[in-house]
Amino acid sequence: MKSYETVIGLEVHVELATETKIFCGCTTRFGGDTNTHCCPVCTGMPGTLPVLNKKVVEYAMAAGLALNCKINQQCKFDRKNYFYPDLPKAYQVSQLYLPICHNGGIEIEVDGVKKVIGIHEIHMEEDAGKLTHDPWEDCTLVDYNRCGVPLIEIVSEPDMRSAEEVIAYLDKLKLILQYLGVSDCKMQEGSLRADINLSVRETGAKEFGTRTEMKNMNSFKAITRAIEGERKRQIELLEEGKAVVQETRRWDDNKDTSFAMRSKEDAQDYRYFPEPDLVPMEISDEWIDEIRNRQPELRDEKMLRYEKEYDIPAYDAGIITGSKRLADIFEETVAICKKPKEVSNWIMVETMRLLKETEMEPEDIHFTPDNLAKLIALIHDGKINRTVAKEVFESVFKDNTDPEAYVKEHGLMMVNDEGELRSVVEKVLAVNPTSVADYRGGKEKALGFLVGQTMKEMKGKADPGMINKILKELL
Amino acid sequence: MNITDETIEYVAALAKLELNREEKEKAKKDLGSILEYMDTMNELNTDNIEPMSHVFPVKNVFREDIVTNGPNRDILLSNAPKQKDGCFMVPKTVE
Repeated sequence: MKSYETVIGLEVHVELATETKIFCGCTTRFGGDTNTHCCPVCTGMPGTLPVLNKKVVEYAMAAGLALNCKINQQCKFDRKNYFYPDLPKAYQVSQLYLPICHNGGIEIEVDGVKKVIGIHEIHMEEDAGKLTHDPWEDCTLVDYNRCGVPLIEIVSEPDMRSAEEVIAYLDKLKLILQYLGVSDCKMQEGSLRADINLSVRETGAKEFGTRTEMKNMNSFKAITRAIEGERKRQIELLEEGKAVVQETRRWDDNKDTSFAMRSKEDAQDYRYFPEPDLVPMEISDEWIDEIRNRQPELRDEKMLRYEKEYDIPAYDAGIITGSKRLADIFEETVAICKKPKEVSNWIMVETMRLLKETEMEPEDIHFTPDNLAKLIALIHDGKINRTVAKEVFESVFKDNTDPEAYVKEHGLMMVNDEGELRSVVEKVLAVNPTSVADYRGGKEKALGFLVGQTMKEMKGKADPGMINKILKELL
Repeated sequence: MNITDETIEYVAALAKLELNREEKEKAKKDLGSILEYMDTMNELNTDNIEPMSHVFPVKNVFREDIVTNGPNRDILLSNAPKQKDGCFMVPKTVE
């Protein structure tokens, strides 16, 4: 078989985290009873007129600047015409001729190799409604709650060559947008959706092959599988001497394969034209500067700052800043307790362990920084030892419990009364004469056993250091 | 400019229109004269002229990102030819 190269470009749709829709004052909140987040504008009633949400323009600019794009200071909307009931007006307000951002790029890294993925353009548009099939009446039911929710579509250049590069690109994009606060990027709720344009060509060929577009992938895993599957399908066609047909395909994750959605016979002709219901935008230099000055610290800067300011190892800084939620918890907790290394350890070890065990994402964490800070203070003040602290943390992680209350309620406070501890140690020595003899005979290991026995007697509520000290004295 | 049957049928299909023989001929004639007018326009020198993106000399009309609308479902659905479960009901479009 010949050797092939895969060429991939992405169209990523991102729902913006505005309060209201792009052209009307309806809420963008996820869920809600059908058609209750709607008004005459977003249900396409005749005679209504759209008015652009300023925040949408600002979020699109913020995304563009963070992705190193140029801003089109003369910018306008266009109509994309098609008949489908998910858009009640029979057109989508989008941008074709003068999209808000263009010519950008971000750097990704795969297996230590750095590479820039170009951003062709970013445009603003409205989301569509949701269609469900009603099996009883054999008809379609339409809910317009999502219709008119603002989207930006980020179109990359065909610069990616593997599923790994695609995932690295998406990961980076997602983090940037989350740090900007422009979108929550929840793939499960559809606030980040990627369409994949993929073609293959013989290694070394100059021309691109015929590409297909794949839709309907709602996880990174599905994207990886869809890329592998489509690459294989196209190579098989070429090996059999057949041609790849330019078409849109729908990925079915359950069947692990893609199906043609639209064939070239009914090719889409969207008949774009300038949107007459919206006036053009003129974006001033001052406005761009204002957005630029408001940009928050992004991941790469944050990582460097954690290493420098908090003396956190690069690996740990990478993991923590790899999720905006973790980075927020880290910084807020450090702000309260001023112990960055301790906070970092609790995130890196126990939080990560519990996330894995409960199959949760960092975004699902619901404990508050003040409770983690309280837990760290309890250890630092010698009120609980580390073993007990782990137990307390599990409760904090699960129910956002107040650690002080938990320790009090379960009687986990460390016994710092040396007299009491001494009498327990004496008791332990009395019932374990063999271990005492072993230790005195030079077996260091016996000491560990005696510490363990004392700790057991104390129900874990003792400072191991103090037990050690008393044991050594008495032995 | 001459418009072929093929073109008129394609445009009609995109607009979801069914035209009879007579209507087709009329549409061909009408569209033809519009395109002719475009040809006249194309003779003009438009170098150094910005394309007009809107007929009104107005720019930057925005609203603030504040929720102003509440649930209004009954009224929104009141004109729907068919409805069910708080949804607009339309002919089958999804599997």
